[in-house]
Amino acid sequence: MCLAIPAQVEALLDDDMARVNLGGVSKEISLALVDGVGVGDYVIVHVGYALNRIDAQEAERTLALFAEMAAAGEGSA
Amino acid sequence: MKYVDEFRDGTLARGLAESIRRAADTGRDYAFMEFCGGHTHAIFRYGIPALLPDSVRMVHGPGCPVCVLPIGRIDMAIELAARPEVILCSYGDMLRVPGSQRTSLIKAKAAGADVRMVYSCLDALKIAQENPDREVVFFAIGFETTTPPTAAAIRQAGTLGLENFSVFCNHVLTPAAIGNILESPQVRELGSVPLDGFVGPAHVSTVIGSQPYEYFAEEYRKPVVIAGFEPLDVLQAIRMLVDQVNRGEARVENEFSRAVTRDGNPKAKALVAEVFEMRRVFEWRGLGEVPYSALRIKQAYAAFDAERRFDLEPRKGRENPACECPAILRGLKQPQECKLFAKACTPENPLGSCMVSSEGACAAHYTYGRHRAA
Ligand code: SF4
Repeated sequence: MCLAIPAQVEALLDDDMARVNLGGVSKEISLALVDGVGVGDYVIVHVGYALNRIDAQEAERTLALFAEMAAAGEGSA
Repeated sequence: MKYVDEFRDGTLARGLAESIRRAADTGRDYAFMEFCGGHTHAIFRYGIPALLPDSVRMVHGPGCPVCVLPIGRIDMAIELAARPEVILCSYGDMLRVPGSQRTSLIKAKAAGADVRMVYSCLDALKIAQENPDREVVFFAIGFETTTPPTAAAIRQAGTLGLENFSVFCNHVLTPAAIGNILESPQVRELGSVPLDGFVGPAHVSTVIGSQPYEYFAEEYRKPVVIAGFEPLDVLQAIRMLVDQVNRGEARVENEFSRAVTRDGNPKAKALVAEVFEMRRVFEWRGLGEVPYSALRIKQAYAAFDAERRFDLEPRKGRENPACECPAILRGLKQPQECKLFAKACTPENPLGSCMVSSEGACAAHYTYGRHRAA
């Protein structure tokens, strides 16, 4: 029920709506709950609304942390 | 898919699991609750229990909105749907949930009620515009993720001057439920919560932020790590929880920093505050009556409140007394310890809240436990 998926904004439409690409599927969603989202941004979509924007830099940082932890795990196994 | 695939990488998952195994090799046991049904689902779907060392146990929390809605509220929705003028719109997950006497919305629909499955409350608004001579009621359920969309829809209905749209509001609040788990009489009887920390909600936290959990970390000395819904997110969060426990810390940490900030989404929060207010008390399936744990529509938007509009009387459904959900949701028992599990109670015929949707603890054990045994 709460599983919301990251989607990329492809176009801004009237009435606070946007067209997004959800894993290859094009869909219209509402941007009424977020500010300043532009074309190319990734947002988390839930029940037809963008809940938040995904921060690309933070995503990179988290992935780097995984790699570091995993390497430490393997290294001394 | 970007922001999905790279968070499911199998090699990294094994490496993270190994790092957990080393960090947890301290001679003690660890029990962590994942509050969200979304995490429960991910944990079973990706076989995370098999990756974890025996000393780390995951307890599945009440964070599935379909599971926690009490039978009485489902009965009220079915009663609404039975009115000839009403079109009842609902998220698909709710249709099969049994009410009293084995009724459900899907059975009501088969019997002639106009029940429509919608993906979004925007669809319900559209149905109201297209059917001006009918009463369109949106059956709103869910945590802080679905509440802002409902608030937006109510406000939009006001702007559009829609007079045939209303909301049957069942929105509930995550922090109140966490507090209830930590405070329950059962837990007090035993002297302590058998939980060492929480994996905090992913998408709920995108809205409310990480700040509301700080109270639990301080007041109850339980670490909270907010995590995304992908398997690597969950593993990383478990590793962070183990580290905090080992260091004797209880802090709020945010693994899901790509979408969660300390303050959450201010626009969504403001909209919710404009349209909704707290209920003094609300019943949760599996937890019982929880004070200040749910929302209702404010007086200013009373015209859109289905409970007022149709004079709905509160109803009380009866739970099966043998159902162990209250203990399971607090980490005191496992699904297999319930006498009804996989016998009288199955996903096709759920007798308690934890079996109702695939995100519930009993349903997840039933579905994935068998697959693994086979
Ligand atoms: S198996 Fe069914 S009856 Fe038993 S605790 Fe789980 S949901 Fe309740």
